[in-house]
Amino acid sequence: MASYIGSATPRVDGRAKVTGEAKYAGEFNVPGLVHGYVVESTIPKGRIVRIDPSGALEVDGVIDVLTHRNRPQMADKDDAYKDEVATEKGSPYRPLYDDIVLFSGQPLALVLAEDWETARVAASLVKVEYQKAPHVTDLHTERANAFAIDKPEKPRGDAEKAFASAAVRHEAEYFIPTEHHNPMELFASTAIWDDGQLTVYDKTQGVQNVQQYLCGVFKMKPDAVRVMSPYMGGGFGSGLRPQYQVVLAVLAARALKRPVRVMLSRAQMYALGHRPATIERLALGAKSDGTLDAMTHEAIAVTSQFEEFARNDTGWGNLLYRSPNAKFEHKLVKLDVPTSCDMRAPGAATGVYALECAMDELAVALKTDPVQLRLQCYSDRDQGADIPYTSKQLRECYREGAAAFGWDKRKAEPRSMREGSDLVGWGMASGVWEALQMATTVRIVLTANGHAEVATAASDIGTGTYTIMAQVAADMLGLPIDNINVKLGDSTLPQCPLEGGSWIASSVCNAIANTARAVRGDLLKLAIGMKDSPLAGAGVDDVALIDGKIVSRRDATRAVSIASAMQSGTADRITREEANKVAEDKSHARNVHSAIFAEVKVDEQLGVIRVTRVVNAVAAGRILNPKTAHSQVMGGVVWGIGMALHEETLFDHRFGRVMNANIAEYHVPVNADVHDIKVIFVDEPDEMVNPLGIKGLGEIGIVGVAAAIANAVYHATGKRVRDLPITLDKVIQFN
Amino acid sequence: MTPFQYSRANDVADAIKQIATDPSAKFIAGGTNLIDLIKYDVEGPSRLIDISHLPLRSVEPTSAGGVLIGAMVPNTDLAYHPLIEGRYPLLSRAILSGASQQLRNMASTGGNLLQRTRCFYYYDTATPCNKREPGSGCSAIDGVNRINAILGTSEACIATHPSDMCVALAALEATVHVTGPAGARIIAFADFHRLPGNTPQRDTNLEPDEIITAIELPPKGFSANYSYLKIRDRLSYAFALVSVAAALELDGDTIKEARLALGGVAHKPWRSTAAEAALLGQRTDATAFAKAADWLLHGAKGYGHNNFKIGLARRAIMRTLDQAARGTPQSNSDKKIR
Repeated sequence: MASYIGSATPRVDGRAKVTGEAKYAGEFNVPGLVHGYVVESTIPKGRIVRIDPSGALEVDGVIDVLTHRNRPQMADKDDAYKDEVATEKGSPYRPLYDDIVLFSGQPLALVLAEDWETARVAASLVKVEYQKAPHVTDLHTERANAFAIDKPEKPRGDAEKAFASAAVRHEAEYFIPTEHHNPMELFASTAIWDDGQLTVYDKTQGVQNVQQYLCGVFKMKPDAVRVMSPYMGGGFGSGLRPQYQVVLAVLAARALKRPVRVMLSRAQMYALGHRPATIERLALGAKSDGTLDAMTHEAIAVTSQFEEFARNDTGWGNLLYRSPNAKFEHKLVKLDVPTSCDMRAPGAATGVYALECAMDELAVALKTDPVQLRLQCYSDRDQGADIPYTSKQLRECYREGAAAFGWDKRKAEPRSMREGSDLVGWGMASGVWEALQMATTVRIVLTANGHAEVATAASDIGTGTYTIMAQVAADMLGLPIDNINVKLGDSTLPQCPLEGGSWIASSVCNAIANTARAVRGDLLKLAIGMKDSPLAGAGVDDVALIDGKIVSRRDATRAVSIASAMQSGTADRITREEANKVAEDKSHARNVHSAIFAEVKVDEQLGVIRVTRVVNAVAAGRILNPKTAHSQVMGGVVWGIGMALHEETLFDHRFGRVMNANIAEYHVPVNADVHDIKVIFVDEPDEMVNPLGIKGLGEIGIVGVAAAIANAVYHATGKRVRDLPITLDKVIQFN
Repeated sequence: MTPFQYSRANDVADAIKQIATDPSAKFIAGGTNLIDLIKYDVEGPSRLIDISHLPLRSVEPTSAGGVLIGAMVPNTDLAYHPLIEGRYPLLSRAILSGASQQLRNMASTGGNLLQRTRCFYYYDTATPCNKREPGSGCSAIDGVNRINAILGTSEACIATHPSDMCVALAALEATVHVTGPAGARIIAFADFHRLPGNTPQRDTNLEPDEIITAIELPPKGFSANYSYLKIRDRLSYAFALVSVAAALELDGDTIKEARLALGGVAHKPWRSTAAEAALLGQRTDATAFAKAADWLLHGAKGYGHNNFKIGLARRAIMRTLDQAARGTPQSNSDKKIR
């Protein structure tokens, strides 16, 4: 039997998804379901003076209107609202808690009706009177109020002095606007209250996180709350923290003692977390030989008034480039907006964008090829911790990516490559992310008929977790993949972390391997107990499970079928639950890397930009499934195109409101914007990072893509645009 | 969103009769804009009178040598109709550069004329907007106005008309056939849409009790030398920052007749007789094109974020005229500007 690991296995949940059999949080129908519709704040800051629900209550079919005044009881301490990814400092937002308005779009009331349309109509009849307070939503005008926070990246040497005396210097600020996740599936929760037992179908990247959160907020016992999320139509980080609709659904279910569904509208989703608008300042100083001597990276990012959200924007240079002198600083600015949150490659998508544009500018100043500069500064050690990597095939990414792209044919001079009325630009950048593993437990139930159920409380947010779990289990148990049934997205299943940070594949698959080993041990015991067992004397690691048999690794003719071993015992099933081993070893850095090469064509007169080619060469350890892995990285590249050219949440700071809160006016790339994308997986065996050598692919696909495109736009036009998105009016001075 | 009644009109007379009895009713055809507006609480009609079944779905040659297009012909059917593709390719290209395939399948010809602006403030009921709520003020003038107008604006409104199809119809000098309680009348395309002035709530000169029954194209289709160029922030499914419809009749490289209209820059498709007159008798070169652009953009004014539109429009006009003159119209397939 061929190995499933490493093969382009089709998604095991593909059929269910395309036929509609796969159900999402807003699709679980139960008798007597009540529908909730949210009334949001139209002002960004102030107090509610009065909420008049009478208009809504008069509508036929309306059951109730919940506000902070009449809601059921909720916890009154911040700790109860702190989920796994809550910020360390601050008070988490409490939906419908009191009369304070903290951001525009904040839920102020929940209209409950027998059907969704009625709830929606009635919601427009709820009258709210405010006492407004002065607000701030503009990072640029508030940057003077930025305050520094503690981050792990420590300074080395004297970056300022080294910069001042550097032979070649580059210093600039880069800007990334607020961006929203815009997953296809709207946030929704269906809460079913049954005599003290609560079942919630929620759109979330972590069912156990939501379960614990709800237990805290509603002071419930863990065994009274079950949270399920079997499928998710995209999360990208927006579903890491419990979103407010789950609280509202549970509040209403408790108030009415009826099942309640709350689904947000697209516009309402612009009042959830977002990628924070960030100003990044880079100061790079090089010696005349083209090696870095000074690196300063400072980030100023947005957070809310009530929580301090920050990710690592500035430390990535430590992983990529040698520099004896380095300084990093992360600052926050508090604005009257919802707390920012994780969005694909949080910190790296923004920080590496700025770093890699700065490196490109330094290459120009040094008159060096951008790839050459990166090789000159290449670091074989994590500069911050001064440790080597478990593996780092970034040189090979540069080499294979450049070869596939045809980088050697690049003319260095900007505006030197043309095609008809288009200026052609070639740019490149590096990408980096972490290879993490988190504690995870997997349960395997092997039945006598050679079928196995593999279960953990993971979420599959669309990345292919169901599929890779089935692949790994099939290989480890020696069964055909059709005999594997994967269960996830249920808080009652064995413990599993949030689906985020690119750690699920390594965590879950290594846990499957450990559990399968335990199952193999049980099977071996049964086999050895058989009369004249050919496996007598063998230990668990002397045998493998292959093609439905327990086979000696030394002599393949010595084997016992799993079925006969099971029959020889008294049990009709073997159940095992084991965890992965999360490395305590801090002697090596664990990272994934990439090199991105992009071609743009820019109409010289009109400034219209097309990204005609992208090559993304990724070194991320073992690739479990080239098909889903390819999709994952390709999706990252597409998002990188959007980040570079399209995405921007537009605020009117006078009103403190998002003006393009819909996907017609908040632009993401459409098919016409996506041309030729080539994904290369560079071979990177790594037995040190974890037993299966898996590094994870969730984030790396987007990291560096916007920089490669921005650098290509510079190469095409000679115009350096440092604030995203790069629109045509920034490329060309029209008036 | 408010509850509404639904009724179906059986014929044009029935439609007119129904709307006369209920001034706060609205006709609905494809609903590609009206449904959104209802969801956003911008529109709250008491009744939707469904006119999508009216027998106005034919595209036929007229005795005058033109083409009569029924108001209910879906945008997709119109764009791919052989008469249109063959004789009025400018119209076909303009339609296909708008919206998405799915929206074009639903949207009707008459409805396309009546779509409302995409100005952000018009859709956000938490902000003042004179078009939505006369007298409340214009938030766009000092606000997020990258997509707003540079021509024909007023202190009350700087919204644009978002249609691509209408830009081509303006250039082709189509006429709009309408019927109301007082009978049928024909409105020249240039007179159909209005400038905002002090009444930005009114987009068109169609009376509330009238219905569009057809669009008539005159014989001249400029099928040899035309182009529709749409410049936008992504390469498809985005409204125009600036779009240009250019149609030329040439004698060698001398211009015998010229039509030029802009989209995305004003409350209506923007034409200037002076700009077109300036091209007559001229050679198809950059000097003539630049002069025409100057005329067409005469009086253009930016409001901050949209200042670039003036220069962009100038270059887009010149490029589109060049494409038309060379007989290499802009294609929608690869989005490369020719």
